[in-house]
Amino acid sequence: MTNRQRTTILVNGTRYEREVEPRLSLADFLRHELHLGGTHVGCEHGICGVCTVLIDGRSARSCLTLAVQADGAEITTVEGLRDAETGQLHPIQQAFIDAHGLQCGFCTPGFLMTTLELLRDNPQPSDDEIREALGGNLCRCTGYQSIVESVRLAASRLRG
Amino acid sequence: MTDRGHASAVAHVTGEALFVHDQAQRDGNALYGWPVQAAHAHARVLHIDEGPALALPGVRAVLTAADVPGTNWIGPARHDEALFPDEVQYHGQPVCWVLADDEATARAGAAAVRIDCEVLPALRSLDAAIAAGSFHTAPQAIAAGDVAAALAAAPHRFAGELRLPAQEHFYLETQAAYVRPDGEGGYHVLAATQHPAETQATVAHVLGLPAHRVTVEVVRIGGGFGGKESQASGVAAVAAVGCARTGRPVAIRLDRQRDATITGKRHPFLAKWRAGAGPDGRLVAFDVELCGDGGSSLDLSKAILARALFHVDGAYAVPALRVVGRVARTNLPSNTAFRGFGAPQAAAVAEEVQDHVARALGLPPETVRERNLYRPGDRTHYGQPVRDAERIGRIWRELLASSRFAERRAAIAAWNGAHAHHKRGIAITPVKFGIGFTTTFLNQAGAHVLVYRDGSVLGRHGGTEMGQGLHTKILAVAARTLGVPESGVRIVSTRTDQVPNTSATAASSGSDLNGAAVAAAARELRQRLLPHAAALLGCAPEAVEFAAGSALGAGRAVPFAAVVEAAFLARTSLAATGFHATPGLHFDAAAGRGEPFGYFVFGAAVSEVEVDGCTGQHRLLAVDVLHDVGDSLAPAIDRGQIEGGFVQGVGWLTCEEVRFGPAGELLTRNASTYKLPGIGECPAGFRVATLERATEPGAVFGSKAVGEPPFLLALSVREALRDAVAAFRGPGPVALDCPATPEAVYWAIHGRPDAEPPAD
Ligand code: FES
Ligand code: FES
Repeated sequence: MTNRQRTTILVNGTRYEREVEPRLSLADFLRHELHLGGTHVGCEHGICGVCTVLIDGRSARSCLTLAVQADGAEITTVEGLRDAETGQLHPIQQAFIDAHGLQCGFCTPGFLMTTLELLRDNPQPSDDEIREALGGNLCRCTGYQSIVESVRLAASRLRG
Repeated sequence: MTDRGHASAVAHVTGEALFVHDQAQRDGNALYGWPVQAAHAHARVLHIDEGPALALPGVRAVLTAADVPGTNWIGPARHDEALFPDEVQYHGQPVCWVLADDEATARAGAAAVRIDCEVLPALRSLDAAIAAGSFHTAPQAIAAGDVAAALAAAPHRFAGELRLPAQEHFYLETQAAYVRPDGEGGYHVLAATQHPAETQATVAHVLGLPAHRVTVEVVRIGGGFGGKESQASGVAAVAAVGCARTGRPVAIRLDRQRDATITGKRHPFLAKWRAGAGPDGRLVAFDVELCGDGGSSLDLSKAILARALFHVDGAYAVPALRVVGRVARTNLPSNTAFRGFGAPQAAAVAEEVQDHVARALGLPPETVRERNLYRPGDRTHYGQPVRDAERIGRIWRELLASSRFAERRAAIAAWNGAHAHHKRGIAITPVKFGIGFTTTFLNQAGAHVLVYRDGSVLGRHGGTEMGQGLHTKILAVAARTLGVPESGVRIVSTRTDQVPNTSATAASSGSDLNGAAVAAAARELRQRLLPHAAALLGCAPEAVEFAAGSALGAGRAVPFAAVVEAAFLARTSLAATGFHATPGLHFDAAAGRGEPFGYFVFGAAVSEVEVDGCTGQHRLLAVDVLHDVGDSLAPAIDRGQIEGGFVQGVGWLTCEEVRFGPAGELLTRNASTYKLPGIGECPAGFRVATLERATEPGAVFGSKAVGEPPFLLALSVREALRDAVAAFRGPGPVALDCPATPEAVYWAIHGRPDAEPPAD
């Protein structure tokens, strides 16, 4: 039944080489194999966005991606956001704290990763563009207002 | 009072915040559990064939009733749920559980288990249960005045029926528990439960152990909303049975589909009402029958029905009101607590009646609502004076003005006149929500506060943190009471071996109860520190003040830590327990009379919507909220509760639709088939304000509870949609199904075809 495949993935700058089940999702790979618990799963089928990570710089749902598909790719997860050397929080992380963009925090990693991509591609998004970009992420707690404010605040701080 | 972010914010944004399953996945020795679910709504289990599952490599056990060392029966109010049933009570109910080395193997094992059943007749809907006379409870009633006489004498009489829908909690973290042997004959249960003490009691009963051998710990919960009040205990109990049987740690995390099909939802209700009104729209009589669908077991349904009976008045005074309610028993998942706990369903009926009366009489709904609002001196139908009732009128008037209601009403009329296929609607609705557990003895809480020699403070209480910011508020209470900076205080996980016999974190009362308990402990410590501070400062103890990390007196200041050290050297206990019991609550259920609530929370919301008449599609254009939080303990956190509660209410009322198939199987099992409000459902203009001059005497630092009441503000959206439908239809009452999905709105505009069109 097992037909493990050698898979090499660069996660937050560290190279991991593992023999993985072909059916293992990238989310489970990150959580279970690498103990990177920051990437959560909420629906396991691509709707809620809680599991969002960047694969080669593009946001993707790690619950719908197989670990073997990410072979050779570079992954960024929420654990890779803060400065590796100084430990300083990324401005997006700080903005979500300062603008109260979280309650239970379960959805937060997904929103942070989606925002990372948004603000890289569009440093000055309008409110409509923010809402559009975050339209694929669900939050059951906040009602989204504070999340939009967090993204706005992050954008203005990143522009300096 | 505190402006800091959520106490766990840094951990959340860095991914370091560990939820239950994150912890379990770090345990290399843990077994994982997966349920084998029933494929019938009602059936007798004849035989379970575990063989094919046990044959799979990595499967370690199939748990059945035979593995339960204690009792197999659980349930918060009545022990009527079998953990491992020999008679299936709903489609999807776990019959047995497979334990394996990893989740995928457990899942494969569960698929391999064969269950032989004898299928029994099932009640798959509320209507079927009512028709069959299937109920969990006897009727409960509350009445004030002579309703029959008032109805007979009323100048205008109206009647109607309304169905209130279920709602899936969809907390983003699904139900999870992780149980380990503690190495000394006991068990440590890490669980996502809103009610650690009940989870502890459940696990102890199921294992046949005294409570002191079971420790339940809650670090954080990824959203609860009531769904983890009673229904988190079953998952923990199964994991504990697995742990007892195998001696290994056992982790269970339901995936979304398992969570949705196994756990209960918000109670659907059927409401039948009659009302009498004067020509000005003032209600003189209101007679309501409520029937809630409790599902397969009683769970918390009786208390939920009670809260519905208490809130069927909405924010409106009716001289003669009678409400009778009952909980039906169906073969569906057992419905349970969900933010508002029956009050939203009841308040929806109250708003339905207001709107019906207004449109039937040709009056503006906001005028009729305003005329019926509670006024100072009024009492509810259960006899409790509506203290601070003038706040309702104050909120109403302030919100009408700040939202420019009259101006917008006129602008909408003009806009509607110029648009044939799109119409806009606007509505204002009030909220009055009673705070406290309606079961009086639950209104108690315990805490302890410890001070270490370096002056740092550690607090622990019985409430659970599920995102609502409870620990953040409690931290502020402790810091303020001791006069130390918030950075000097830490609130740690909830543990039943530290604070015993706690109530659920529910009924919006988490910070009221636990905050008061922590404040009591902190006050006790301050008392003990006073003489030592006085000695250091050279003044009388009464002259000492603690503030900003110092003791002040006689024009001097000494650091808090120096006072602590002096107290320590003088052999003073620096640990204190605190306890709180809300005074003055009582309710006589047989008479339907009493004062079940400590106080009421008030609020109001104005919503404006636009409806596409060709499709029923609608958009929420703008929302204005004015809400009463007392003197807020944490304004940003309260705002988050208001916005989040509102949007959850909008989901329940306009897009979330729970559907079951003909076999009683849940069809809406995940986010792809169950539409949750996303950012697109939220209004671009969302203005939230809190009431000024709103101190609540007797509550912690004058603050009011905030968890549930804002959910009811969303009723303004439903009423605004009805207003838009009326713009298409013209004068007269408007029937609008709930939830008001685009489909429902379409039928409200165009009329549901009574019969299938004839085939030609
Ligand atoms: S868990 Fe991946 S989108 Fe929901
Ligand atoms: S903060 Fe709880 S789901 Fe977003």
